[in-house]
Amino acid sequence: MAPRAGNETGRAAERIARESFGRLVALVAARTGDVAAAEDALADAFAAALSQWPTGGVPDNPAAWLLTVARRRATDLARRRAVETGGADHLALMAEELEEAVASPEAIPDRRLALMFACAHPAIDRAVRAPLMLQVVLGFSADDIAQAFLVPPATMGQRLVRAKSRIRDAGIPFRTPGREELAERLAAVLEAIYAAYARGWGEFDDGAPRLAEEAIWLGEVLAGLLPDEPEAKGLLALMYYAEARRPARRGVDGAFTPLGEQDVALWDRGALTAAERLLSAASAAGPSGRYQIEAAIQSAHVARRLNGAPTWPAIVALYDHLLALTASPVVALNRAVALAETEGPVAALAALDPLAADERMAAYQPYWAARGALLDRAGRPAEARDALTRALGLADDPAVRTYLRNRIEGLAAAP
Amino acid sequence: MRYMMLIHHDEAALAAAPPSLWGDYAAFNEAIAKAGVAYQPGNRLQPSSAATTVRVAADKTAVLDGPYADTKEQLAGYFLIDAPDLDEAIAWAARCPSARYGAIEIRPFFTA
Repeated sequence: MAPRAGNETGRAAERIARESFGRLVALVAARTGDVAAAEDALADAFAAALSQWPTGGVPDNPAAWLLTVARRRATDLARRRAVETGGADHLALMAEELEEAVASPEAIPDRRLALMFACAHPAIDRAVRAPLMLQVVLGFSADDIAQAFLVPPATMGQRLVRAKSRIRDAGIPFRTPGREELAERLAAVLEAIYAAYARGWGEFDDGAPRLAEEAIWLGEVLAGLLPDEPEAKGLLALMYYAEARRPARRGVDGAFTPLGEQDVALWDRGALTAAERLLSAASAAGPSGRYQIEAAIQSAHVARRLNGAPTWPAIVALYDHLLALTASPVVALNRAVALAETEGPVAALAALDPLAADERMAAYQPYWAARGALLDRAGRPAEARDALTRALGLADDPAVRTYLRNRIEGLAAAP
Repeated sequence: MRYMMLIHHDEAALAAAPPSLWGDYAAFNEAIAKAGVAYQPGNRLQPSSAATTVRVAADKTAVLDGPYADTKEQLAGYFLIDAPDLDEAIAWAARCPSARYGAIEIRPFFTA
């Protein structure tokens, strides 16, 4: 999402610079507890890498290169602060850590997982967890992140600074939680990454920050660091499935194209293959969690559209499972939509009834769009018009608005 | 790190708590002391009906009969602990019998 080097080599170099930056921030922060100081120590070296590597080439040992540049600054900082405050133990500790790492850069431990767990700690405000990970694990600037999250840069900057102070002042640990805590704490990390992806899902402008891509990148780092966690793979598979369909989600004229009408030739087969592989590895490894089930639903949609496999009953069954797990009204809505394909629109509408009482649905555009479509199929055009009009009033995406307007115009005249 | 665990109680819920609570408390006090986490015994405070609040404005001392904040949950006591990190402090707070009758706020000490 930062201004990017245009070519493949440039992007690869940027990626290596960001990965190395994250590793070093994690290393130093885990030792000192101070994320901001770690970033500060590495900032100049990282900026130099971002500007030099894409054109001049990536050094043989990127982390060692960054460390060598950063080390001088860290030592300076430690010296200066020590004079200013008389304390600054952690800065001295940081300089020491960097010295050690420079001595044997090939042995730098990867502490990024611990850093991710600190960023998604329950004591950190939920809304800032994903931005914090994007900043400290991938090195994106507060401005980039603010743009992606549609928040004023100054506000985002403050939130990030506050979160980092909180990690330091409250003594939030940098560690991978033990077995008994892992599932719950991992859920927060997964949730933050998926929230970032979900925000990026609506981006279509090529010039816009590509939050979806960075969320997938975080997912890849996480799945790589936790090879035995099926849910980390499940989330990554889910994001790959969704991303594979991106090119087909808008027509040539930018028109919103629902899944059932998408041109499957536009789907990214490479991403779909990667998703399939991850999903089967995930389900082989352990019990099914939320993200694996969601990925399995995507897999069933793909099988139906690509091979004509009759997967609707499987999709309904998967949604039943997911609903039992999450009790989420959004899941109940999706389940009802799938049910229309196996038992018809009347059964689907009956399944929606319990949701009507849920206040959150009053302002949830997909609920009214789905309800309108089901009413139309059930031969109740007057009610369909009401529901679709309500959806239109709630839609904020121009392509979705056009789609809904066309649907309303296409309704049979009310009897 | 040093933290204070501030115990905030719903005083009505506390008044209705079964006597077994105090047995649980004795056990908790012993566990947290033996673990070397609490560096002094926990302190229980009188209910907020015994509180007095003082402010000085324009050199005038105003004394109010009652607690600082008139909320449902009131400060009822505290522990001073030394824990390696926030997770450890959270684990002790969750074990504290009061967590079931109110809320426990964990505050790190200010270090210069």
